[in-house]
Amino acid sequence: MFLRMLTRAAILRKRTAIAALCAIMVAATASTAMLSLFVDVQGKLRKEFRRFGANIVVEAKKGGSFSPDKFRQIEASVATHGLAVPFAYAVANTTKGEAVVVAGTDLTLARKLNPWWEVSSWPEGPGQALIGVRAAKIIAPNGGRFQLTYQGRTLDLLSSGTVRTGAGEDSRVYMSLAEFQSWTGLQPSVVEIAAYGSSAEVTSLLAALQRNLPGADVHPVRQVTEGEANILGKTRSTLLWSAVFIVFTAALCVLATLTGWIFDRRRDFAIMKAIGASDWIIAAFVAGEAGLLACIGALLGFVAGTGIAAWIGRANFHAPVTPRLDALPPVLIGCVLVTLIATLLPLRLLRHIQPAMILRGE
Amino acid sequence: MFVRLVYESFRRQTRRKLLMAIAVTLGAAVSTAMIAIAVDIGDKISHELRSYGANLLVTPAEDSLDVQIGSVNLKPAGGAYLSEADLPKIKGIFWRNNITGFAPELQTNVKVGGADWTLVGTYFAKKLKFGDQEFTTGARKTFPWWKVNGAWPADDSNQVLVGEKLATENAMSPGKEILVSGRTYGVSGILSTGGPEDGQIVAPLSLVQSLAGKPGAVSKLFVSAVTKPEDAFARRNPDSLTPADRDRWYCSPYPQSIAYQLQEVLPHSHAEQIRQVAQNEGNVLSRIEGLMLLITLAALFTSGLAVSAAMATAMFERRQEIGLMKALGAGHFALSAIFITESFLLACLGGVLGFAAGSLLARKLGQSIFGSAIVVEPVLLPLILAIAVAVTFAGSAAAIRRAVKYDPVHALRGEA
Repeated sequence: MFLRMLTRAAILRKRTAIAALCAIMVAATASTAMLSLFVDVQGKLRKEFRRFGANIVVEAKKGGSFSPDKFRQIEASVATHGLAVPFAYAVANTTKGEAVVVAGTDLTLARKLNPWWEVSSWPEGPGQALIGVRAAKIIAPNGGRFQLTYQGRTLDLLSSGTVRTGAGEDSRVYMSLAEFQSWTGLQPSVVEIAAYGSSAEVTSLLAALQRNLPGADVHPVRQVTEGEANILGKTRSTLLWSAVFIVFTAALCVLATLTGWIFDRRRDFAIMKAIGASDWIIAAFVAGEAGLLACIGALLGFVAGTGIAAWIGRANFHAPVTPRLDALPPVLIGCVLVTLIATLLPLRLLRHIQPAMILRGE
Repeated sequence: MFVRLVYESFRRQTRRKLLMAIAVTLGAAVSTAMIAIAVDIGDKISHELRSYGANLLVTPAEDSLDVQIGSVNLKPAGGAYLSEADLPKIKGIFWRNNITGFAPELQTNVKVGGADWTLVGTYFAKKLKFGDQEFTTGARKTFPWWKVNGAWPADDSNQVLVGEKLATENAMSPGKEILVSGRTYGVSGILSTGGPEDGQIVAPLSLVQSLAGKPGAVSKLFVSAVTKPEDAFARRNPDSLTPADRDRWYCSPYPQSIAYQLQEVLPHSHAEQIRQVAQNEGNVLSRIEGLMLLITLAALFTSGLAVSAAMATAMFERRQEIGLMKALGAGHFALSAIFITESFLLACLGGVLGFAAGSLLARKLGQSIFGSAIVVEPVLLPLILAIAVAVTFAGSAAAIRRAVKYDPVHALRGEA
């Protein structure tokens, strides 16, 4: 009987029920989308921030260097939490006797670490080097072959292209680490690390590196870490407040819609009361109906909200926002709560009214 | 009669009208606040992005190569310099208000206790004058991540900052003195930057100039400017553009055009964007702007739907009233006119209130998150009103149409 009343009521008053359902659905959609985005966007933005390059630098103590074993140890501590790129430096001389800094590195990793480098063409074979735009004017103004001398050993190199960064790199020559080592005999002295993840994860990696490498100077690149923390924090607050506004509006509109819905049906309740239903039964009946509506609305809204979040992720970050099942319980509970408040409050107001008055249309 | 009907409807059905008005007001408030945030977020974030420091670097046009590994500078003395006297002219360029700060640099190598140390001269918080405007600039503004344990030296003092790494290696602390080239200087603080400065001494520019014997010389100038993300147009060569396009290029705050303008005012200089900062901040900025734009669209859509749903319910409740009016002989036109007028009044009232509330909200939010208010342009008011009216009509239209079609008998008997 109770079930039948529930379903019949919804079917007979299709239009109002659908309006109420729509309002709940919109609220659930908005909350789901904002919850998913709030969690996911921070991760996505962090990825964007990693394009600023290294956020941790490991430097050997004065005059020291990292042996291949030591570098492998660093790489192992970083593992999947980031990208470690070794750099070795030497000052060589050009044929005209000018001093120029030559850097040996893993060029494939350096390219991943520093996506902002504007490179005309990366070295592809042995004997090739990348020259900074300022260095190029002096060393190889017409491109092609050039010679560098380090401690009496002369090396023939072919310029593959130029690199432009607007900073120190513009005055340097970059070549592969293996060739650099066989030429100069020097080991890398600096390892630049782009550590992924939240600031807590970066801090813990930093602490782990400091623990594992007592002979080295491990420090965060404060320019990068502080800038990131600042922007990310402000974006998060903006996002959070936007979410609060949107969810709040949607919830209040559910309230307005459902209050209207209940007042609209005061005749039904009056009749129920007149034929002997207690206040408690009517409340249970309304609560059941509202709860059902809330659940359906929340589920539909969850699907729609996940869709919207995915669309925003794809449109803005070119990567989908993963559906968050853990957003479902709060959305469901929130919807049911708001719906119950929106229906039971006006019902309390109606309770004091005599059925006869309502039925007479007063 | 018409006016009286509308007036009485508002007077007698206060609860219902209040609910509708609240729904519209809230929708308008959230829309106003969200649009204001979406419009202003780019500006706010680009100011916040200045926490990454300088995005433009000016060097002498005929400069020799930098020879620097980590904190050790091996560049031979000599070469070209910029003139310190030209620096205030930066505040005279077209985009002067976008320049948030600049810091000059001059390096020299000194012997301290037998070891070679690199001494860097810069401004800390130097007061400069251009024309009749005064401004303060220097490392404290340009490199906001520099932390000093102790005190910042004054720009005309004989005090210096010692890099963190140097300080631990040589047991230095604030208040001690160091002997450089036969003269003693006070250590006012220990500097921590996470960069090469940790292994250097940073001193007032004038002090380094006199030590290096190069009065008025500056070898590099770091400029921090609020810029617009570069696009294909920004990368064009200004000399190859038509005069109209060139003006548009010149008057857009691209990193390239600000660099171009810096080169114009500083003789024999070469200005270039520091790509690590300039490129990536453009990237971050457009991502955040895009995100807020999409969220604002979603918010507008949500509040539109929510307000429409609330309107539809409120209208639907009134079918008895409509039945009565019809029974008394009201035509379709008269009925629609009454309800449309009511909706319109509600929408305008809610729209104006919502606009005011939303502006206040945006202002407070800007104040609390970014430390500067988000100002809502009054131009937004007509837009918000239009949206409010459209949404209210959309919500009421279906209900009004149905109500008008009712057979009054059914409505009055309460069967609808």
